[in-house]
Amino acid sequence: MTESQPIPSPEDALAPSPPSAVRRVALLGNPNTGKTTLFNALTGHRARVGNYSGVTVEKREGALKGAERPVTLVDLPGTYSLSAHSADEFVAVEVLLGLRADSPRPDALVVVADASNLERNLFLATQVLELGLPTFLALNMTDVAEQDGVAIDATKLAAALGVPVIETNARAREGVDKLKRLLEREDLPDRPRVPRVYPDEFLKARDALREELAPRLPADFGLDAFAASRLLLEIDGEFEARAVAQGGSDARAAIERTRTELESAGLRVRSLEARSRYQWIREHTNSCFTETQGHGRSSHDMTERVDRILTHRIYGTGIFLLLMALVFQAIYSWSGPLMDLIDSAFGALGMWVGGLMPPGPLQSLLVDGVIAGVGGVVIFIPQILILFAFIALLEDVGYMARAAFLMDRLLSRAGLSGRSFIPMLSSFACAVPGLMATRTIENQRDRLATILVSPLMSCSARLPVYTIMIAAFVPDHRMLGIFNLPGLVLLAMYLVGIAVAIPVTWILKKTILKSKTPSFLIELPPYRKPLAANVLSRMIERGREFLVRAGTIILAVSIVVWALSYFPRPDAVANEYEIAVESINAQYLHAFSQAGISTAGGGIPTNSEETAQWEAYYADLALDDAVDFEEWGRQLDRAAVHRDGEYLRNSYLGRMGKLLEPAVRPLGWDWRIGMAALASFPAREVIIAILGVIFDLGPEGLDDQQGMIEKLRAAEWPDGRPLFDLPVALGIMVFFALCMQCAATLATMKRETNSWRWPVFAFVYMTVLAYLGAMITYQVSSLLL
Amino acid sequence: MPTLDDLKPGTKAIVEELEGDDLFAQRLMEMGLLEGTTVEFIRRAPLGDPIEVRVNNRYQLSLRREDARRIRLQE
Ligand SMILES: Nc1nc2c(ncn2[C@@H]2O[C@H](COP(=O)(O)OP(=O)(O)OP(=O)(O)O)[C@@H](O)[C@H]2O)c(=O)[nH]1
Ligand SMILES: [Mg+2]
Repeated sequence: MTESQPIPSPEDALAPSPPSAVRRVALLGNPNTGKTTLFNALTGHRARVGNYSGVTVEKREGALKGAERPVTLVDLPGTYSLSAHSADEFVAVEVLLGLRADSPRPDALVVVADASNLERNLFLATQVLELGLPTFLALNMTDVAEQDGVAIDATKLAAALGVPVIETNARAREGVDKLKRLLEREDLPDRPRVPRVYPDEFLKARDALREELAPRLPADFGLDAFAASRLLLEIDGEFEARAVAQGGSDARAAIERTRTELESAGLRVRSLEARSRYQWIREHTNSCFTETQGHGRSSHDMTERVDRILTHRIYGTGIFLLLMALVFQAIYSWSGPLMDLIDSAFGALGMWVGGLMPPGPLQSLLVDGVIAGVGGVVIFIPQILILFAFIALLEDVGYMARAAFLMDRLLSRAGLSGRSFIPMLSSFACAVPGLMATRTIENQRDRLATILVSPLMSCSARLPVYTIMIAAFVPDHRMLGIFNLPGLVLLAMYLVGIAVAIPVTWILKKTILKSKTPSFLIELPPYRKPLAANVLSRMIERGREFLVRAGTIILAVSIVVWALSYFPRPDAVANEYEIAVESINAQYLHAFSQAGISTAGGGIPTNSEETAQWEAYYADLALDDAVDFEEWGRQLDRAAVHRDGEYLRNSYLGRMGKLLEPAVRPLGWDWRIGMAALASFPAREVIIAILGVIFDLGPEGLDDQQGMIEKLRAAEWPDGRPLFDLPVALGIMVFFALCMQCAATLATMKRETNSWRWPVFAFVYMTVLAYLGAMITYQVSSLLL
Repeated sequence: MPTLDDLKPGTKAIVEELEGDDLFAQRLMEMGLLEGTTVEFIRRAPLGDPIEVRVNNRYQLSLRREDARRIRLQE
């Protein structure tokens, strides 16, 4: 009944790689079968996480722990079939065939199968046998199968499939050691025989196609029996695309002709594999199963009881909303104290380092560039850890699929699926963990669309911008008795993002992100007890990934923006400042000389701290009446603030702002506002501090909201008109609601999509929308108000 | 002919045919939902869509109603 091993093709790309020092073993299987749990057990929770080049698929590798020989394990994403209709789905096949430069061909495979649902798992397992690589079948979840009353005869199964079968319970680490010993043994099992799944007519047609195509395709295409079968069976699949790309229209014609011939012989190509394979599985493995009594309640009964509540129209929805409120609350507010702590720790570090060296470019680079930049990266960690604690937990338990089930209807109107709900919700707190959470969206087009629109959700960093603008320029009117205008404006800002996100998503999904794959077909796995170790390792992994991969980019951006706002430091500004300090001091020191007090040798004060020290020092000399130390200090501080403002206004960034002024005029902005918007590229909330400096309030403007508000209200155009009014303020808020001023989001987007294309796209579209939105808001409200 | 979307919660039926010859049908078949498979309608989501079905008395699958209408059942 079995076809012998296909003659190895002369095109040696597909022959097993020569034995190298490190053995590579790939883990693959259906979603949710315990691959990652097994991977963690085998590697001791040590995964190197990255991305396969050119795609968004996560790459996880780790070394077999305590092995006698070096073995690298590769955890592949869960899949029901090797058939691939997108670049992302094709990654697993490419890895298995050794077609990727970033992942050498594995020397052996472990198919992880769920023993409680074996028939479906064997679909993939028998496909894998066609690859001709030494293969093990890890029969996982044996505990669940036993409970459900399914007894599997592993010996018979091994004989039927022709591969070693190892019974495991990855959760309890049963069977893990046995598998480990097999993986590190000198000799691997023989290449498995290829199950003879397909009808003869198909095999004949396939071999004929293979002969016909072989001369047309380059040698490294690797057109063996496996590739030829996939080529023929997967209509519009990746193998076909590859063959057409490399073999031209002749190849396409040959493939299409062969399919037509098969169809007219009565074999439906699209369903041929599923029909034949399931039939083969039934014929060959049915004798391996026996129904047993099972212990008490099956996993299905238990799950069904829980689901009756968790997907109930009222209770289920209620619990879902409560849970989401909890998740949101956690990332929005619980992270606050930790973030404040990080903020003040880096602030203190900056002060300390600043005190160690004289003021100058190096001090500023270290304090305002590096330390502030690193602080700006680390600040995200609490939110990431908290969100991933929830996500890992909900996913491990099996609730994530239910959340998608409950929310799908809502999101399907915009062309997404229920899977996008949690990432979007998280983005209202912060888009960074939100984007990282999109990894639970299996459909890559949906995932990209979610990544691209999530930053439109108003995150917590926009809140300070809204608050200050509202406090300064929105009158506290009551509307209809119950609402007040400031509250309504704030709500409107949150709604603007959502209102824009819906059509954007819809357009994306109709155009560049139109997907071939169905967007909603998901398994609702049985509920399981979560594994603390799984949850913890996921949190740590995500945190580390963010720090390393996104962190470096964010830091680089912060330093560049720091440099643009620091240089060129014209001497004129320094001179003007010195003159100002001298004239202030002259005014006050006069009193000292009149009183006959020598201040020579003591230096001269330059700020309010120093005048306070002077006051203390000269306290008993009754100078108090003659010298107003406090006013003296204030004047000195103002001179310094003015100097910093001058430096910033004359910096490269200031020059860019001036160049840009004609462009921001339609928004009612002058160059200073334009420049503040530019300077807030690393993070939106920075605009407050920048406005503070530009309007000579010092960065402390942040703490002194009233002072800040007064400064903003007092700001004028050269002709004396007020710079800010309600329409301008509304425009600024809309601009910040829609713009992409957040280096961390862009860096995370780069990390998640594995390319600069999408962050650039998002930046451009959001900036355009923000600009248009601010302009329309300004122009229309100027007319109306 | 009834479709999967017509089933009442708690009832079972056998799949007669998957309508259409596209990727969605292929995905369903790969997951073991093809002619002759027993499907049990479990429930609709609170918002009316999607639905949850149990396939082959083995696992639960969720799909949208418009897709479920393409799964024809034996009478
Ligand atoms: N009862 C039981 N549960 C298990 C076993 N192995 C894994 N689990 C649980 O099954 C769930 C899924 O495990 P994962 O390791 O995340 O599965 P996966 O195959 O990596 O899933 P994807 O990456 O989504 O394809 C988790 O809740 C595990 O704790 C097992 O042998 N028995
Ligand atoms: Mg996994």
